[in-house]
Amino acid sequence: MTEPPSKGAAIEVQDLTRRFGNFTAVDHISFDVAVGEVFGFLGANGAGKTTAIKMLIGLLAPTSGSAHVAGLDVATQTEQIRRRIGYMSQRFSLYEDLTVLENIALYGGIYGLSDEQISERSSSMLQTLGLTDQLVGKLPLGWKQKLAFSVALLHEPAVVFLDEPTGGVDPITRRQFWELIYSAAARGTTVFVTTHYMDEAEYCDRISIMVDGRIATLGTPRDLKAEWKVDSIDELFVRLARAS
Amino acid sequence: MEGRFDRRIVRETGESIVIATLRAFIIKELRHILRDRQTLIILLLMPLVQVVLFGFALRSDVRDVRLVVVDPSPDYATLALRARLAAARRFQIIGIAPSMHTVEPLFRQGKADVVMAFEPDFAARLQSHGPAHVMLLVDASDPNTATTMQSYARAVIMAYEAEEGAHRGKAIQIVGETRMRFNPTLESVNLFVPGLIALVLTLVSALMTAISLSREKERGTLEILLVSPLRPWQIIVGKVLPYLGLAFANVVTALLAAWLIFHVPFRGSVVLLLFESVLYSMVSLSLGVVVASVTQSQRVAMLIALLATMLPSSLLSGMVFPIASMPRFLQIVSNVVPARWFIIIARGIMLKGVGLEYLWRETLVLSLMTIVLMTIAMKTFKPRVA
Amino acid sequence: MSDPAVVVRNISKKFETTVALDDISFDVSHGEIFGLVGPDGAGKTTLFRILTTLVLPDSGTATVLGLDVVKDLWAIRSRVGYMPGKFSLYGDLTVAENLSFFASVFRTTVKEGYNLIAPIYRQIEPFAERRADQLSGGMKQKLALSCALVHRPDILFLDEPTTGVDAVSRREFWDQLHTLRETGLTIVVSTPYMDEALRCDRVALIQGSRLLEIDPPEDIGRNYPLPLIAVTSSDRYQLLLALRESPHAHSVYPFGAELHFTDDRAGADPASVAAELEAWMKSHGFTDAAAHPIAAGIEDSFIDRMSTPARRAS
Repeated sequence: MTEPPSKGAAIEVQDLTRRFGNFTAVDHISFDVAVGEVFGFLGANGAGKTTAIKMLIGLLAPTSGSAHVAGLDVATQTEQIRRRIGYMSQRFSLYEDLTVLENIALYGGIYGLSDEQISERSSSMLQTLGLTDQLVGKLPLGWKQKLAFSVALLHEPAVVFLDEPTGGVDPITRRQFWELIYSAAARGTTVFVTTHYMDEAEYCDRISIMVDGRIATLGTPRDLKAEWKVDSIDELFVRLARAS
Repeated sequence: MEGRFDRRIVRETGESIVIATLRAFIIKELRHILRDRQTLIILLLMPLVQVVLFGFALRSDVRDVRLVVVDPSPDYATLALRARLAAARRFQIIGIAPSMHTVEPLFRQGKADVVMAFEPDFAARLQSHGPAHVMLLVDASDPNTATTMQSYARAVIMAYEAEEGAHRGKAIQIVGETRMRFNPTLESVNLFVPGLIALVLTLVSALMTAISLSREKERGTLEILLVSPLRPWQIIVGKVLPYLGLAFANVVTALLAAWLIFHVPFRGSVVLLLFESVLYSMVSLSLGVVVASVTQSQRVAMLIALLATMLPSSLLSGMVFPIASMPRFLQIVSNVVPARWFIIIARGIMLKGVGLEYLWRETLVLSLMTIVLMTIAMKTFKPRVA
Repeated sequence: MSDPAVVVRNISKKFETTVALDDISFDVSHGEIFGLVGPDGAGKTTLFRILTTLVLPDSGTATVLGLDVVKDLWAIRSRVGYMPGKFSLYGDLTVAENLSFFASVFRTTVKEGYNLIAPIYRQIEPFAERRADQLSGGMKQKLALSCALVHRPDILFLDEPTTGVDAVSRREFWDQLHTLRETGLTIVVSTPYMDEALRCDRVALIQGSRLLEIDPPEDIGRNYPLPLIAVTSSDRYQLLLALRESPHAHSVYPFGAELHFTDDRAGADPASVAAELEAWMKSHGFTDAAAHPIAAGIEDSFIDRMSTPARRAS
């Protein structure tokens, strides 16, 4: 799946633009993300990444252009979109003073799952992760992240948005995390990753790099490295961001 | 190494460096205080608003005063006065008794607000040019209401006096004597202002220091301060002094408001009062530092500071409830509430006009509390995080 | 000055029931960039706090610039620069106010320290009147570093200075550290990001409160005990699952766009192992799969040392 998407698109973005007064934060960006693809969305601070994501999850209306997530229009169908997406950030996902099961029950409740669905999915989640029910705050960071990711998938969203998902964990846990991502993608969930860490980007099927509100380049990590004649995505990123 | 050499110079001028460092710290604290406009405005206006609110809230109009008349020998004069009282819509005569004896229990049980007692042969005394006496017994447990009730009753008597004198063509004289029961000194605002100052000082001093110190903990800046050559005492002093200034401004505002709006008297030395306020602030500030030292988050620090200062200062200090009427246990507890001692001092200076010669004991208590709390503050404020 | 800048001997520290540091020993030479590389919760912050005199060790000894971290508390404090994990600045003070405050706290002035901080501070000087909480992550980092340097310390402790900072700023930051090292400054820096280890002179890998290995970054992969093969395929995830079941799999992990396959036959020729593996994959339906032997990197070593905890730091 390192090839550009061929099956249906989970995210379709066409000339998406957002202005704040005279400042154009996102400037006519266009791209598609295929169903089941792991897509890395990169950009320096202030490049317009956050604004673009806010539009994709329906928190911010576009000034012009269009975007569809899971076939839904981000400008008009924001309510439906939120039911079809999952979100996980390294920092703010789970309640540390609730237990694992309480967190699962909470998110299940928020997304309107039945009690049966919740208890069924909780027990299978604990089993898959090899976790016992305990306060989330007591879990090591790596476990928290794996749990947060699983909880973000609880309502079986079409697209899951991940913000710096594996920062700060040990290399083994990090790889276990990426395996969770790959396995979700293999089951048809589209994964949209944003991160500051370019070695994390190399795990994605395709990546885009935003500079000054535009998408400066887009492709598989391998193709991009060949195209720009660089050894790493980090090098490419620095070159593009500095050129601005 | 060049750096090493500079440091030697620094050590030689150690004293001025300490002051310069402290100055920088205080300037930084003042900036925090001044930049947080909302908090600053609240802190500065609070004493004013509290004094005004308390002052006005306690001055209420009084209706339906429950009156008992003691009339040992009813005659035309007492009957005429009774009729006037009955006609006045503010009074409600709930009983007429021949002697004080039967009235006392009613009064003590709170069933009557005012007792008006005529002396025997009231009319006869009026007739024979001698003054006739009437005694007013007023329930002063709520001092403001008591004054109002008293003046209503006096107004009725004076009106009768004037009309009857005009009618007869010569003046008659009724001498009224008032006894306030439960609170003989009466002026509520006067009693409240010292308590309010105590409350405001506690709030600003303890709460704000606790919050600002625990904020540094949360932000992580305290870690850098600890790793610097700053000694714990410098950090504490740097934190405490700006808030002492703010507390001082609050005392002045509260006193001005009390003086200008409610004409609270200042019988004693203003300088002494300000000095005692500073001393009392020191107690609260030390408490704030102790609270911040033993807590890990701003939220917990704030709650503990509130519980440890506001509640005892308002409820156990004698500000609202007289200490004498508290259960024995709470009376003992009230001894460790700094506000209790400050209120005695402030009332003494403002209302009685006494000086240190009468208040040295309370001042000593506050000084000892400062020393003890400051010592605890220095001890709990470790130069390390663990 | 021939003594090491930092000497750590058998340091252990427990918090209630959690072991934060377990018998840690290492030296840092003068003028080197020493990296403590390991995940969050490995004990890096505790170690920094012990070295900056903020935390007392339960056992063991440590000296910084020849001074004991327990006894010579105040002597150490005037000579170290410390940047804690979060950028600990006063958000409601401006850039200039933050800097001059920290200068005063360390008993100096911005003017005296200006030469040292100039290369860093000049980049944020245009925003001198801006409040610190309105700065971007990269600018906050530069300000925090300036504040830690303004008193011209002899040693700098940086606890995860690049967290939350974008790739461009991170690279600039490491460039600045190298410039600072040229002035003779000793720098001890921690990071959870393995790729940053390459920018250090020497690296200590730390995990689960213990040191796994101390070496220059280029030497770290050298002791990798088994043949290591990089594998590519368009169907990465299915291949990963399949390779785990292959006859000589010691471990298989995703590694960016590739998979890293470690063969369980120590001493086998990597090239023939790779050829054998490629044939195995093709015969199992992964027609576009390719394999070639590689030298182990820091992450490979880290994973290996994590999974074989018996070996101790050399």
